[in-house]
Amino acid sequence: MFRSMHEMLAGQAVDAELTQLSQARPGDRGVIVDVRADHAGGHGVDVHELERRLLEFGFVEGAAFEIIHQGLIGADPIAVRLDDMRVALRRRDAEDVWVRLDPK
Amino acid sequence: MSESALQPARVALVGNPNTGKTALFNALTGSRQKVANYAGVTVERKEGFITTAAGRSLSILDLPGTYSLRARSPDEAVTRDAVLGRLAGEAEPDVVVAVADATNLRLVLRLILELKAVGRPMVLALNMYDIAQRQGLRIDLEGLQRELGCPIVTTVATRKRGIAELTAKVDELVATGAISTTNVWHEPSAAEIRGAHREAQRILKAYVRPPEHPDTFTGKVDAVLLHPVAGLAILFALLFVMFQAVFAWATPLMDGIDAAFLWLGAAVGQALPDGLIKDFISDGVIAGVGSVLVFLPQILILFFFIILLEDFGYMARAAFLMDRIMGGAGLHGRAFIPLLSSFACAIPGIMAARVIDQKRDRMTTILVAPLMTCSARIPVYTLIISAFIPNETVGPGLNLQGLVMFGLYAAGILSALAVSFVIRKVFWRGAVEPFLMELPTYKLPSVESVFRNLLLRAQIFLNRAGRIILPLMVAVWVLSTFPGPPPGATEPAIDYSFAGMIGQAIQPLFAPIGFNWQMVVALIPGFAAREVAVAALGTVYAVGDAEANVGALGARLAQHWSLATGLSFLAWYIFAPQCAATLGVVKRETNSWAWTGVMFAYMTTLAYLASFTVYHLAVALGGG
Repeated sequence: MFRSMHEMLAGQAVDAELTQLSQARPGDRGVIVDVRADHAGGHGVDVHELERRLLEFGFVEGAAFEIIHQGLIGADPIAVRLDDMRVALRRRDAEDVWVRLDPK
Repeated sequence: MSESALQPARVALVGNPNTGKTALFNALTGSRQKVANYAGVTVERKEGFITTAAGRSLSILDLPGTYSLRARSPDEAVTRDAVLGRLAGEAEPDVVVAVADATNLRLVLRLILELKAVGRPMVLALNMYDIAQRQGLRIDLEGLQRELGCPIVTTVATRKRGIAELTAKVDELVATGAISTTNVWHEPSAAEIRGAHREAQRILKAYVRPPEHPDTFTGKVDAVLLHPVAGLAILFALLFVMFQAVFAWATPLMDGIDAAFLWLGAAVGQALPDGLIKDFISDGVIAGVGSVLVFLPQILILFFFIILLEDFGYMARAAFLMDRIMGGAGLHGRAFIPLLSSFACAIPGIMAARVIDQKRDRMTTILVAPLMTCSARIPVYTLIISAFIPNETVGPGLNLQGLVMFGLYAAGILSALAVSFVIRKVFWRGAVEPFLMELPTYKLPSVESVFRNLLLRAQIFLNRAGRIILPLMVAVWVLSTFPGPPPGATEPAIDYSFAGMIGQAIQPLFAPIGFNWQMVVALIPGFAAREVAVAALGTVYAVGDAEANVGALGARLAQHWSLATGLSFLAWYIFAPQCAATLGVVKRETNSWAWTGVMFAYMTTLAYLASFTVYHLAVALGGG
């Protein structure tokens, strides 16, 4: 299956390079590698619903992104350029999006 | 088909939010529009009628914007059900027009794939095509048309380009009796959404060449407007200008309306012989209509800003900037828009809460929206402030009356934040909904579309106000006129009327908060609309045309009320659910009498406690 792409990419070395979108800072660019519905709790909807919503807004494996802005309080929410559109989301909801950051 | 001449063919506009779908609807239908609600829900149903060049009549339905037929909000559910033909009392559309922003095709392609699964005949309108061309975006229309299996028309809705071609294409589909294929749509799973994305990506790669000069304007503007500090400063400056405008710009217009109705009342008074009929026409009907119309300037100015900012693409930015600030009180960033609207009137505000996908966030927003100081409170506040608060300067640029007004607004906002915090803790136990929102490309708003929208808001307000306020004004007039005073009566006529009897009967309930029976009388009609209380006070204190004659009524109140009573009345109006129309809308939006009851109970309790505290504090400090 497509959604376990990072597992197919053979192991720990690759996994170690992955980071959660929620950890990214403004100016960070990269590619979305995996959108996983496994970060339980606290979203107010079940994780599979969150996964589908993320996908519907274009957070899909293979999409290029850049963090363009963040809020004043707690650096939250974040504004992400996704291919050719901009989407705002909260960091807690970005935890399920695993990305590979471009080297700076 | 012979029945096509009798029954207009049904066309539904479907697309992502921010694709200019409503602009296209306006360009298609012009002024031949009808706004109502879908049966059972309060989602606005916008329908327009046109006749094509070939003479066929079409009914065009503007459906709420969505990213998927997998609906997440009541608006999106309407779009899904309309497309699937599941809406009560609505047949399925004969033709679906998928509206796409030509510069942002990725997400809408996925929606189009879902629409294809539904199987209705479809036309794709590539809107904002001029912007796509300016950016040097190349779309292989022939290829895309083949790939999607539906005709494509390029449009520029704001300049009315491509509209004739679009209607011709729709006409053609209806005329040839384009046949629906079997509906194979079902809620896509995560895997299917991924598959559709891959498919959309493949189509994009094959038929769309990325822009040579991509839009950099939005990025540059966002660098300022989304800046964590500068962005917030600009947002607050903007809010400040809006309020200045609502208060300052509206005043001459409101004075003009007042003067016009005074003149009309006087003219009618001269033309008619003295008696009940004359009193009814000039004091009941004309004054009643005037008291409705006088709010139009403020509502129009506020909505002018809201529509302008929405069309420009700023409202999503405001929600972004406010999300964490509102989130601290348990509100969604998107609640910002409904709550801002509630400063004009809680009714559009509560209806605007539909933009919030999640039930819990929407409920919280609806429950606190009426605490925002709506424009109907302004006449009440203005009257009491002018009567009891000295008009003096207390510091550089600080006027005491203005300060009290500011305090009343602040009390509304702070109590709304406090109440939503409590609701989140008590009812939702801390669960927070996801916050996902597109930040659309900035676009210059079209003058025509702004004014058309403004006209629509005016119609909706007059419709509501006309239906509720006007009959109430007449009812108040009847209640306070009959029965007439006995011969040789010494007190004002109203003391002997039904209104007087009711007021005196329930006044003991209000005695602990310092209200006299005349105030209680004014609260009864004031329950239908807050501003009616001013006119009603004018009636019970026998001040003719109180709306336009606030000074005279204020002076009368200052004679009859203590300072403590005046302040208590102000405190009551911050919190009290003095608006039946709001409660009616809450019932319809939440579809629950229980939630409406919760709102009524908590607001009345807050109002009573606040008035009780203020009254006794003021009495203790010598204001009794």
